[in-house]
Amino acid sequence: MTNASLGTLKVEIWRGAEEGDFETFEVPSQPSQTVLDLVTYVQRKLDPSLAYRFACRVGVCGSCAMTVNGTPRWTCRTHVQKVASSGRVRIEPLRNLPILKDLATDMAPFFDKGQEALGRFVPSDARASEVATIPPDDPKRKEANAAIECIGCGVCYSACDVVSWQPDYLGPAALNRAWTLVNDVRDGDRQGHLKAVAEDAGCHACHGHQNCVEHCPVGLNPTRSIAGLKRLVVMAALKGEL
Amino acid sequence: MKRLELWLYIAQRGSALVLAPLVLLHLGVILYAVSGGLSAAEILGRTRSTMLWPAAYGLFVVAAAIHAAIGLRVVVREWTHWRNRTLDFAALGFGLVLLLLGLRAVQAIA
Amino acid sequence: MRNHASYRAFLVHRLSGLGLALFLPIHLIVLGLAVEASALDGFLRWSELPLVKAAETILVVLLALHMFGGLRLLAIELLPWSDRQKNWIGWAAAASLAVGAGFVIRTFA
Repeated sequence: MTNASLGTLKVEIWRGAEEGDFETFEVPSQPSQTVLDLVTYVQRKLDPSLAYRFACRVGVCGSCAMTVNGTPRWTCRTHVQKVASSGRVRIEPLRNLPILKDLATDMAPFFDKGQEALGRFVPSDARASEVATIPPDDPKRKEANAAIECIGCGVCYSACDVVSWQPDYLGPAALNRAWTLVNDVRDGDRQGHLKAVAEDAGCHACHGHQNCVEHCPVGLNPTRSIAGLKRLVVMAALKGEL
Repeated sequence: MKRLELWLYIAQRGSALVLAPLVLLHLGVILYAVSGGLSAAEILGRTRSTMLWPAAYGLFVVAAAIHAAIGLRVVVREWTHWRNRTLDFAALGFGLVLLLLGLRAVQAIA
Repeated sequence: MRNHASYRAFLVHRLSGLGLALFLPIHLIVLGLAVEASALDGFLRWSELPLVKAAETILVVLLALHMFGGLRLLAIELLPWSDRQKNWIGWAAAASLAVGAGFVIRTFA
């Protein structure tokens, strides 16, 4: 598959943790090459000590997100051709998360905020009862449906300026998940979800920059979900239900 | 205060709802009055013709003081390192100063 | 990463808001002068200077931008989502420029 005539790419990769520097590697170009392919090439052929994270390579698991030429992306589905201006690619770890080593961030704060937003299903019914029937055209089902395909890659969290300006802010992914749950009629703690996202670092901190919408690799609209939460939370607060 | 940020958000959007029609009115008055130059007699002749002007501008002042103080607090919190209690009091102070200056101005044109 | 319409709309809203918040105290102090009409007239004569007129035009546009942009935000947050919300940015900008143009025409006409 190697095609020498395609030449080489200059790939600058972040090395170190919070303190560190870029290291430049020369990587042969390939047709249909992805950014993850570049990183994998460097780790396998040039420097086995390079740390990065990936699993499925096909855009399902959400583990390979990195900052590519300043923009957070899922690297396994990002073609080099699309992002490499003048044959250079600069690859950094995701923004807004602590760096463990090289391209691997500590995702714990991201997932912890999912829990803080009560971004998990709370059962309302006994295991033995019948499966709930939800018509596909139910308005709530439609709202949940539009937001449900999140792969938890952290791209939106990394793209969000409110997260970088208010480090406690729950962030687009956690709030988007909470929105799917308040629209799930089977969920047993709607009030709990609303309370969780009404805390000081909750949904109302969003300014609608829509960096999350612009960068979500699976095309979700967290801003829309967060706007929905804002309406519900404000109504609940005004009614004294929180 | 419990859920302070949420209540500030509600006050911010609530004051915005009050301000929007008043700003439209204000822009209309500006465009109407500015033609041919402004004079104190002309401005005061208008605002003293009916109590509706001072009433509308009084409401404007109250809503603007709330809106500006909360907005400024958010900007400072996000764009500087000042984010503790002292900022809350400074924002409150800014709002009160606006309120006092504004009510004084409304009184002057009433 | 920030090179898109909604982010620019945010920046315009924030910067116009900052400008208005800092201008507001001055505006109110001047209006307070109306207790003595002659003091206000003195200020109003100063405000006829071309440079001051230009600054006033900018303030009027900032106010219009903040108000129309704010209406867009209120619509996004209070009404059900509309995919047309991106177009509203353009409408808000156009309406603000129209107000600014109206001010310039009325001032110098």
